[in-house]
Amino acid sequence: MKVDLTVNGQDITADVEDRLLLVHFLRDVADLTATNVGCDTTSCGACTVLLDGESVKSCTVLAAQASGHQITTVEGLARDGEMHPVQRAFHQEHGLQCGFCTPGMVMAIVSLLKENPHPTEQQVRTGLEGNLCRCTGYHNIVRAALAAADAEVPA
Amino acid sequence: MSILGTRVIRTEDPRLLTSGGVYVDDLRAPELHGAARVTFVRSPVAHGRITGIDIAEASQQPGVIAVLTARDMDDLAPPPPASGDGVGEGPMPLGGPWSEPLLATDTVRFVGEPVAVVITDDRYQGEDAADLVSVDYEVLPAVVGPAAALTGESLLFPAAGSNIPFANPVSDDDAPFDVCDVVVEQDIVNQRVACLPMEGRATAAAFSHGKLTVWHSSQNAQLCRLILCGALGMSPDQIRVIVPDVGGGFGAKVGIDRDAIIVAWAARKTGRALRWAETRSENLVAMTQGRAQLHHIKIGGTHDGKILAYRIDVIQDSGAYGRMGKFLPGLTCLMAQGVYDIPEVQAGFRVVVTNATPIAAYRGAGRPEAAATIERAVDLFAAELGMDPAEVRRRNFIAPDQFPFQTKTGALYDSGEYAEALDKVLTAARYEELRREQESRRARGDVRQLGIGVSAYVEITAADGAAGETAKLKVSDDGTATVYTGSSSHGQGHHTAWAMLVQEELGIPMDQVTVIHGDTDLVPVGVGTYASRSLQLGGSAVYKAAAEVKDEARHQAADMLEAAQADVVLDTLTGLWQVRGDPDTALSWAQVAGHTSGGSLIADVSFTADVPTFPFGAHVSVVEVDTETGKVTLLRHVTVDDAGPVLNPVLAEGQRHGGIAQGAAQALLEEVLYDADGNPLTSTLADYAAITAAELPSYELLISETPTTVNPLGVKGIGEAGTIGATPAIQNAVIDAVSYLGIRHIDMPATPQRVWAAINDAHQALQAQKAGTQ
Repeated sequence: MKVDLTVNGQDITADVEDRLLLVHFLRDVADLTATNVGCDTTSCGACTVLLDGESVKSCTVLAAQASGHQITTVEGLARDGEMHPVQRAFHQEHGLQCGFCTPGMVMAIVSLLKENPHPTEQQVRTGLEGNLCRCTGYHNIVRAALAAADAEVPA
Repeated sequence: MSILGTRVIRTEDPRLLTSGGVYVDDLRAPELHGAARVTFVRSPVAHGRITGIDIAEASQQPGVIAVLTARDMDDLAPPPPASGDGVGEGPMPLGGPWSEPLLATDTVRFVGEPVAVVITDDRYQGEDAADLVSVDYEVLPAVVGPAAALTGESLLFPAAGSNIPFANPVSDDDAPFDVCDVVVEQDIVNQRVACLPMEGRATAAAFSHGKLTVWHSSQNAQLCRLILCGALGMSPDQIRVIVPDVGGGFGAKVGIDRDAIIVAWAARKTGRALRWAETRSENLVAMTQGRAQLHHIKIGGTHDGKILAYRIDVIQDSGAYGRMGKFLPGLTCLMAQGVYDIPEVQAGFRVVVTNATPIAAYRGAGRPEAAATIERAVDLFAAELGMDPAEVRRRNFIAPDQFPFQTKTGALYDSGEYAEALDKVLTAARYEELRREQESRRARGDVRQLGIGVSAYVEITAADGAAGETAKLKVSDDGTATVYTGSSSHGQGHHTAWAMLVQEELGIPMDQVTVIHGDTDLVPVGVGTYASRSLQLGGSAVYKAAAEVKDEARHQAADMLEAAQADVVLDTLTGLWQVRGDPDTALSWAQVAGHTSGGSLIADVSFTADVPTFPFGAHVSVVEVDTETGKVTLLRHVTVDDAGPVLNPVLAEGQRHGGIAQGAAQALLEEVLYDADGNPLTSTLADYAAITAAELPSYELLISETPTTVNPLGVKGIGEAGTIGATPAIQNAVIDAVSYLGIRHIDMPATPQRVWAAINDAHQALQAQKAGTQ
């Protein structure tokens, strides 16, 4: 079937299988490989992207369902070569090690901070329950989220 | 000012944060253009004989290029005839009668064992076609768990005649215990857990003009090539292994395992470039898992808390194929006595095979098991005495003046300040205050009881220091430096750390230093990253290479400046060579390198360490146990982890954080489970209780840096400290919370169900006791 998505501001039209998952559309059709696949049960959050500004796990959305919608991946987050405050906070706070969960984790936090611009540590932890990281023990990811919340200029 | 010891944020991150890492499945190398997908057909039975494989229907599906089984592996040399006992020294796979095939031939021995591969144009076609490969199995009785293995009723390898590849029986001499005032015995389970790197196994391979290129998610490219040479009958110059970004390893990505070798073979066989990235459901049954030991311990001592004798009997469940021989339980026994001066230590083990996923290294690999059990044993002993567990530890520590200390099990500890580490962590945790809070809650009969757990540990890092590590350092005539390292980053931050070392030694700024790893064409000789070895061996190699480059540069600069070498000095702040006291003579690295005949300064070195190092530390964990539901909440975790001087606190803390979380995961949540027929019950992330941010607190890390003399940097390994120290502290904390009910032990993971059951049993026992006395 024919789908038409806007990914990081770019229109992408393609003829795809009905069953094609959004994450595979992003990786294989749009050739945006930052978004990773870490499980097959919607448990790990590595594939988290924004769909019309809200975080979704792109392994659980069909490309067809995303047709006509705006998708943002971590590749689309920086502006004019400047990292997004959440990306910057991850760098400053050492919120990543191997980097595999990172794109999904960053997108989940962007979404979390949009809903709750000044969360408590516990709110961050609860909010990230659907995103697994095996390297950092979450300590610096949580610090990065809190630092980004402090840094982010209210829109 | 020295850059070493400062908080340098990572050079790796901007790329990982903006365009994402390039992991195997992200590769867009031209050789992989149009690559086909590999999908595995795996055994759905734990133990069975293959009576037939029908590939006809699968082969006719859209997009199917080939369906391959063991029968197609006629281009490989037949395995050598089974001879000897098959058990070598070191972390080698079992051989002889216990050998593991590539694709299964006549027998399958665990759910997930690869039986066939389907090669298709795209991934969805592969899943469709794999479902249509029809394999007939004659199901055999499954050996589930070590106890079943020991009975020998069903044998995994009938030709071997038993399920026990190796036994080094523990002493049964009870004399040392007979003189003790108090003796405690306990069965302790160190359960099977999943390593769970966020990126599962992934491989791509292309064969062209007689050369095989294999991209693999691994902890060491060079070992991959060595294994591939053996498995495929090729020479090193015919194989190039490239390790791109790796999404975590934790021991499970040391080298290359059978599934990936099959992919490489299939690329050669079909002449097609191939890609394979396993699904998580495959990963949770077919990537090696960790721990899986049963311990029986006996500990005895005096009324005043002096431990006189300790015995540990280990049964190592290897899973179906012993991928590391007898190495893991051997290491557990080597480290059995921990930080204590115990006059009599008896340690022995048996290795068994079971119809389960093979076991190999997982963060700590044999040492967390040793630490978990001695630390549990000391708490059991303290509980029997009614003595504070911290005090019992103090009374038994190896004292600072006893180093180097020869243990009863054959380890030679280099240095340690065990009492100081414990005191430091107890003070920071405000231990006395916590005990008072615990008393108040008990007195009030609170539903939520407080538990305080202590652990003190020593571990062994770079145990294979003699294998060393390589570094090639090149300074070019544009003033930049390139480091070719045999170490292999999979998240640790090697590129940042090695650039820091170069800046420190040569004064070439970090942003002018490129680090290259994980490519056998560029780094033909290397050992890799595991066993907390990178900084002490790989970092020391970079240091050594820098020293050699500096020597050569001094020679060149002296020639250029027409000065004596002794008068030529390097200012490592500016990176300029000059005649001592004469700044006008300054020469840059670019000028000095340009003066050489080849236009660059190169040192190609290997650094080896004669002996391992023994980091140590102490952890205090504070938990709350809901006595009505059994739910455990980890409130605080405070640690001292002394691995010598810290090169970059940011990186070292990251290692500690990650290890603590994995320790907490094992202590509280995670366990790989099988049903009575050997079917895995935890084969997805919906079933396997991977720990999340919501179940963890922020950690409190203290500083302690005791240098070693084993290497020029004075450093020990930090990568595995967390799992070694945290696991027992947290388990001890849970048991401590409910110890007032008479509970002495709860096996890991301390799930709500298990804790609730222990509390319920204790209540019933108390009631029965009351009824008996009435």
